[in-house]
Amino acid sequence: MIYEVFRQERKGQAFAHAGSVEAPNEEFAEAYAREQYGRRGESTALWVAPRDAVHEIDDFADELRKNYHRVDGYPLKEKLGKARELAAKGPRGLSAGAG
Amino acid sequence: MTDQVQKILEIADDELILGWRNSEWTGIAPLLEEDVAFSSIAQNEIGHARALYERAAQELGTTADELAFDRSPEEYRCSRLVQLRLVPDWAATIARHYLYETADEERIGVLKQSEDAELAGLAAKIDREEAYHRMHAQMWFERLHDEPRFKAALDELQPLLDVRGEHTPEFATLWEEMTSVRRSLAGATW
Repeated sequence: MIYEVFRQERKGQAFAHAGSVEAPNEEFAEAYAREQYGRRGESTALWVAPRDAVHEIDDFADELRKNYHRVDGYPLKEKLGKARELAAKGPRGLSAGAG
Repeated sequence: MTDQVQKILEIADDELILGWRNSEWTGIAPLLEEDVAFSSIAQNEIGHARALYERAAQELGTTADELAFDRSPEEYRCSRLVQLRLVPDWAATIARHYLYETADEERIGVLKQSEDAELAGLAAKIDREEAYHRMHAQMWFERLHDEPRFKAALDELQPLLDVRGEHTPEFATLWEEMTSVRRSLAGATW
C-alpha cells in the first residue's frame, strides 16, 4: 500500500505534500513516515493517508477564459510590460508628464 | 570499577554492538522504507552507546573512544545475543530486535530511577528514543508472530540474552572491523 505523507513545518502553517511511503498497514506507514519526515526536527506534525483516500481533480473548465474568476485577478503582467515599453520610448510615452 | 559503572558499560557495549549489527542491513533491508527506519534505529543505538561510554569514561578517567575501541575483545561485556551476525535472516533479526528491546526497557527503567540525577536524566533521554524502537519491534512482532521461522528464531535466541563474558567467533571478526580505523590511525575518533 502506498501512503501519502504531508508535513507541517511550523505550527499554524499549511501542510504540504512531503512524499509517499510504501507500507503494509497504517501502523507501519506511520512509523515509516515518522522516520523519513520527522526525525530531524523538520516537521511539527504529519498527516498520513492512504493514496486512495486522496481524490485528485485535474479537469477544470475554463472555456471562455474568464480570468477575472481567478484568485490572482486580472493578469497585470502583460499590461505592465507594455507600459514599461512605452515609458522606455521617451517623452511621448507614459513619462511625458515628468519632463 | 563500581557495579554501576560495570552496568553502564554493559549497556553501552550492547548498544554499540547491536547498532553495528543492525547497520549491516543498511542498503539491503526488505523494503526501502524499512531500510531507512532500521538504519535510523541502528544509528540511535550507537548514539546511546556513545552517551553511556562518555558517562562511564568520566568515572574511569578515560574517554568514550578508548572504551569503545581500545579494549581487547575479551573485555567487552555485551550479551551473546547482540554479537550474532544475522544478515540476511530478517525473521531472526526481528526476533532479536524484539527480545532486546523488551529486555532493554526494563534495565533503562531501572536507570531512570537512579539516585544519580544526571544518570537518571540520561536514561530518560535514551528511553524517549527507545520508545520508538519498541513501537517498531512491536509492530513487526505482531506481523510475524505466527510465522514458524520467527517463532523458531525467538526460541533459539532467547537463551542468549543473558549470556555475557563469552564471545562468539563472529564477534572477533566484528571487533577487527570495528576497531580497524582506530588501530591504523592513532587518535582517530568517531
